[in-house]
Amino acid sequence: MADEQKPGGSDTPPPSGKEAPAPPAKPAAAAHAAPPKPPATMAATPWDSDLSRQIKERFGEAIGETSTYLGQNFVVVKPDSAMSLLEYLKLEADFDYLVDVTAVDWPKRPERFDLVYILYSFSRNERVRVKTHIADGYKPGTAVGVHLAANWLEREVYDMFGIEFAGHPDMRRILLPEEWEGFPLRKDYSILKQDDRWVQENLGIPSGQ
Amino acid sequence: MPEPTFLDSTELVLNMGPQHPSTHGVLRVILKLDGEKVTGTECVIGYLHRGVEKIGENRTYAQFNPYVDRMDYVAAVSNGLGYCLAVEKLLNVEAPPRAQAVRVILTELNRVASHQLWLGTHALDIGAITPVFYCLRDREEALKIFEKYCGARLTTHAFRIGGLLYETYDGFEQDIRAFCDWMDPKLAEYEELLTNNRIWVGRLKGVGILNADECKEYGVTGPVLRAAGVKWDLRKAQPYSGYEKYEFDIPTRENGDTYDRYLVRMEEMRQSVRIMRQAVAAIPDGPIMGKVGKVIKPPVGEAYVSIEAPKGELGYYIVSDGATQPYRLRVRPPSFVNLQALDRMVAGGLIADVVAIIGTLDIVLGEVDR
Repeated sequence: MADEQKPGGSDTPPPSGKEAPAPPAKPAAAAHAAPPKPPATMAATPWDSDLSRQIKERFGEAIGETSTYLGQNFVVVKPDSAMSLLEYLKLEADFDYLVDVTAVDWPKRPERFDLVYILYSFSRNERVRVKTHIADGYKPGTAVGVHLAANWLEREVYDMFGIEFAGHPDMRRILLPEEWEGFPLRKDYSILKQDDRWVQENLGIPSGQ
Repeated sequence: MPEPTFLDSTELVLNMGPQHPSTHGVLRVILKLDGEKVTGTECVIGYLHRGVEKIGENRTYAQFNPYVDRMDYVAAVSNGLGYCLAVEKLLNVEAPPRAQAVRVILTELNRVASHQLWLGTHALDIGAITPVFYCLRDREEALKIFEKYCGARLTTHAFRIGGLLYETYDGFEQDIRAFCDWMDPKLAEYEELLTNNRIWVGRLKGVGILNADECKEYGVTGPVLRAAGVKWDLRKAQPYSGYEKYEFDIPTRENGDTYDRYLVRMEEMRQSVRIMRQAVAAIPDGPIMGKVGKVIKPPVGEAYVSIEAPKGELGYYIVSDGATQPYRLRVRPPSFVNLQALDRMVAGGLIADVVAIIGTLDIVLGEVDR
């Protein structure tokens, strides 16, 4: 995995003159008939290794996708199997370090959120991302029972996206005040928006801004 | 709950911070005390929350670059390196060798500066006032180099996506060499003040122990992990920006206490100097900017790229939808994750040790709260 951090620049297009203001819009993969629009989906390729086969064998139907993109592997799993997969990866495959838990909001999708767990294994020196797609209001199980590090990370996901984790020991906001209304990292929360009422009441700023 | 008696008095809850000099910013810790013993803590954070990740979604890739300096503002260069590497990964380009070498030099210089600030303030918390003067005096030399290179001392914005904007100034190499030569005796000077100082050893040894398993469980990285005996450094484990070309050691210790973390960071400064010496001796010629267009527009996709920042693993998880702005930009801050272990480290210790343990975690609240 030493080469994971070093993208090989071999498939970048050859330099076509020093100026050229437009080229960056063109995607590097010249296979597409190259209108200025880049491909609409991630050009991930299937991830095939011992681990991915073991995961598929063990979890079968629950695994939606095992892919790799830019040398980084990820697994898409059904939400109710996510915790057992994290547990499996920790105990059987030695992915003992939960690097990060985060989410991505896709408001137009029926399963609105991507919940992303980034794992690392010290013994394998390898990373893997576990992703689940969950609907708004779905309460995924907490990972605190598997990795203690999930505690604050899940609280931040709740704080920013409003995803509540079932069974979390302390499911409160962490960065924003407890009474704050709204979840800032959702796409429908504008960059200029804030909780005016909270600001008026607690900071004494009449305009709320 | 049992009736409080004369000896078994009720639990005392004490508020520490957010305006407390030893919290190094605006950290509020609620301490539950039994006499002088700490039975539990709760951190209240978010006072510096600026919504950096939200801002990232509303700025172009290049516009967001200066914002990352404002997270861990004592190691702004490292933040910038991590961000540039993440976007370069998405673009599938690499900075040219010359840019990589200069990046390594400046990042290591910043690691020394960051550790110097940590040492000075940590010692000040413990009660030693001299080290802070020494450290800030010597850190000034590093900041002067940043200022000469890019005009800024703290929030440097030193790197650009694809490489560097500025060529090194005349005399850059000499300045770095002079800094390296100047640092060796200075490090000995710090150690002379502290390493065998009875008060220093008494206050740090056996305090705030976090063993290797606990570190992994809590996701704690950086010098704290290495002081617990785990020989893991991203510069070695998954080298980036040409770190594989330089010879350096990963200092580790076994006990995982505050004193060991002090020794690990002291040795890290020496190793940084060692890396700078090697890098400055062999800065390749050539361009400083890779083939990145004027408009940065990565293809649809996502990437997680992390670096060994002075405080631990600093990661950027960026999701691109093919637009000029990131669709989602997540920062994995080392300080935030490391701070989570405070409760475990403090529990059962004395109230006076809380100050030592906050200091040894080396947190920056700008990064905790983002």
